[in-house]
Amino acid sequence: MKTIGFDTLRKEAWDKVTGRAIYTGDEIKAGTLHARILISPHAHANIKSIDTSEALKVSGVKAVLTGQDCAVRIGSILEDRPPLAVGKVRHFGEPVALAVAFSERAAAEAVNKIKVEYVPLPEVFTPSEAVESTAPLVHENLSSYKKAVSDVYPEPNTNIAERVKIRKGDMAMGWAESEVIIEASFQLPKSDHIAMETRNAKAEILPDGEVIITTSSQAPFTVKKMISQYFNLEEGKVVVKTPLVGGGFGGKAAMTLEILAYLASKAVNGQAVKIAYTREEDIVSAPGSIGLEAKVKLGATKDGCLKAVEMTCLLDSGAYADIGPRMAKAIAVDCTGPYNVEHVCCDSLCVYTNRPYATSFRGFGHESYTFCMERSLDKLAQTLSMDPFDLRLKNAILPGSTTPTMVTSTTSNTGSLPACLERLKSLINWGEGSRIELGNGIVRAKGISSLWKTSDLPTDAISGALLTFNADGSINLSSGAVECGPGMKTTLAQILAETMKMDLSRIHVKLDVDTQVCPEHYKTVASMTTFMAGRAVQRAAEDLIRQLKSLGAVVLKCPPEDLDVAEEKVYQRHDPLKFIPFKDLVHGYQYPDGQSIEGQIMGRGSFIMSNLTTLNKDTGKGVAGPAWAVGAQAVEVEFDTKDFSYRLIHAATVIDAGKVLNPKTARGLITGGMCMGLGLATREAFEYGDQGEMLNTSLRTYKVMHIGQEPVYLVDFIETPQINAPFGARGLAEHGIIGIPAALANALSAAAQTELDQLPITPETIWQAKTGGKI
Amino acid sequence: MFKLEGKNVITLTVNGEKRDVAIEPADILLTVLRDQLGLTGAKPGCLNGDCGACTVLIDGWPVKSCLMLAAEAMGHQITTIEGLKNAPIQKAFVENWGFQCGYCTSGFLMVCHSLAAIHPDADEYVMEEWLQSNICRCTSYEEIRHAIRSIITSA
Repeated sequence: MKTIGFDTLRKEAWDKVTGRAIYTGDEIKAGTLHARILISPHAHANIKSIDTSEALKVSGVKAVLTGQDCAVRIGSILEDRPPLAVGKVRHFGEPVALAVAFSERAAAEAVNKIKVEYVPLPEVFTPSEAVESTAPLVHENLSSYKKAVSDVYPEPNTNIAERVKIRKGDMAMGWAESEVIIEASFQLPKSDHIAMETRNAKAEILPDGEVIITTSSQAPFTVKKMISQYFNLEEGKVVVKTPLVGGGFGGKAAMTLEILAYLASKAVNGQAVKIAYTREEDIVSAPGSIGLEAKVKLGATKDGCLKAVEMTCLLDSGAYADIGPRMAKAIAVDCTGPYNVEHVCCDSLCVYTNRPYATSFRGFGHESYTFCMERSLDKLAQTLSMDPFDLRLKNAILPGSTTPTMVTSTTSNTGSLPACLERLKSLINWGEGSRIELGNGIVRAKGISSLWKTSDLPTDAISGALLTFNADGSINLSSGAVECGPGMKTTLAQILAETMKMDLSRIHVKLDVDTQVCPEHYKTVASMTTFMAGRAVQRAAEDLIRQLKSLGAVVLKCPPEDLDVAEEKVYQRHDPLKFIPFKDLVHGYQYPDGQSIEGQIMGRGSFIMSNLTTLNKDTGKGVAGPAWAVGAQAVEVEFDTKDFSYRLIHAATVIDAGKVLNPKTARGLITGGMCMGLGLATREAFEYGDQGEMLNTSLRTYKVMHIGQEPVYLVDFIETPQINAPFGARGLAEHGIIGIPAALANALSAAAQTELDQLPITPETIWQAKTGGKI
Repeated sequence: MFKLEGKNVITLTVNGEKRDVAIEPADILLTVLRDQLGLTGAKPGCLNGDCGACTVLIDGWPVKSCLMLAAEAMGHQITTIEGLKNAPIQKAFVENWGFQCGYCTSGFLMVCHSLAAIHPDADEYVMEEWLQSNICRCTSYEEIRHAIRSIITSA
């Protein structure tokens, strides 16, 4: 192989170091109007009245909209969310009104002059309170909401948007076989994606009704479908464009501002309107991550063989369901982690509260339940007086075992966790001991975590690739996948170059997405682009090769099966000196007398998920994703027993990547994920006042990792091919985050000799756990 | 001291060229560079001085252009990412995989470029102190550290 497996610069690398890379907000056009939103200062309140009269008097204001002006409810699973609040607000930060003006400043001034009278309602702030029968209802009319999918089961007159059940084996038998049982409970906070580019969008409506939306989205095709569906527009009349995206991490997979931009444009006769969240709005008004309350009960034999796992997961989805029901499913599907457990019972509930709503976040819930499961495993290891590493290795999922949803594990669909664990063990020198006292009250400690993840995409998720030849024999590659950082367009180019056996520099990728010309890619999510779009590219390449051989056969006067392609030539396999260059074929072949045959050669490749099923409602049996990527992670800390402070020393990951397509890019995705995981583990969490108002709404108060705070990163890969994936490569873009919070908590729990079951872990929380908060 | 009221045409020196812009006194440098001069390499990330995505150089020193009025920049040499031509740090970022989504990259490059000029012998501590003004959410910072180290001799 010449391209696959080699460090490959991203196609847009030089654009990105010269300021020439274009993002949604960089397309500045004179005459574009600006919109700003007014957000709710209450977590739960009836809207008594909204007075927009003063706002409309502001110079330069063109329109002011409220919930009364848009009678739709949106949601990709449950249609429960009005784009602007109607009747009541359900979370702090909910959009209540919107002003459109010549300038952003005038729009902001107008928004400040909108007068809203609220009547506060009783709030419910935690999912465990929200599932109680006496809890205030966030949605009184839950049963009347339209379902956007068939397999979601909201429970009327409750705050439960979805309940996913796993019933595997026989729990009575599992507990009977268990000689040791441990129980633990966990509470994890909501946090935010903090993509450096805040969400922003533009919309205009042309005189013939064509709607043009430009948006910083991971899901332009979803935006197109939803806008067309909610406003009864012909799908082809909605065109969605997405240039480069400044970070997504799942947060830009949900439709947020696009619908407001459309409504704003509609209110001003279709003029172009731009709307961008401020950083504060991006944190409080746009969706963040789920919170999680979980109870875990593990049963094992004395020698550490896991027999039973019982879990209850209450996902805090906040005020709206968004993709929450699917995260409840994803957590249930993989609830045990990558271990062989015969008896499993898991109830995973997506619960409404009056917190800001949640959407997909890197890891899709896995970083949350993995924390609970892997902390529990360390507790079990402690009870058993067993090495935490040995406990994991002993129970690692192997070919022939079944997952919680009864999928039989194979080498191809799961890879090798034991290989990851063994590699990790040497990488972090686990053998020297997981807790070493260095003197002067300083302790060096290590914690580990396993991880796995499958995709949980719809069973009919599609992707496509279109290839056109330039006259010189080079190829243009178009895909509907969004370039939001992981370098997927370059990966696709690598897959194409390798399949065509030609030079990567001769592949030209369309970096932006335009739903009118690019083939659909479901959403750029779930670490599935390489698999789905890669398979589509391979098919498109095969389509090109078939046509090249067919035309080459005419020119070279031989059967097409005697031909092969490489180095931009079609050649006879048995006599490679008989060949014709691509450039003489790809825009038609011309005979010496001028007569020509065939035209431009184009390749098309289409892909749809195969053999995925919905889950059985009662047992959870079903196939949620095409394969898993498994891995093992560790964090090493130096802990000061005198003041409970700690330093991050090492963070390590070994992932079974199937095949590493682009080593430096793969390492960057894993370490980037680890860095974000360390953020969640050490500092990131939403903080609220008594009334549910959010307190840390800026990057000065909501702290993320900065340079100098990071540990030394250790990364290695195992390569057990996923047979049905391009060159065997598994998805891995999210996976670096998944086990890091757990590994850090395990390290610090060992270091401080106390149980740290909440996030984030700060010197103060360690002090509280250790001393009970007594000075 | 000078006084501005209403709309004014002022001259800024951007990337070595004199450019006339029409500003209001409250206009920040970032929006004037982007909206009037089309220099969109500097990005809005927080408009609060916390993230550094809008960093430009003023007389060679990194400044967050969201925290500076356009009027304040009069009489100073403004350098934006578009003004870097084959600076060593650009190549260093490319070769060290110093970015993924690229949104924070212009800001980081400007800080690094200035650091290399002002403290060509910066040690690890100085380097971290300078770069903590900026946030990257995609990378682990390891790559950015390697990039700056590759152009600073003794770091």
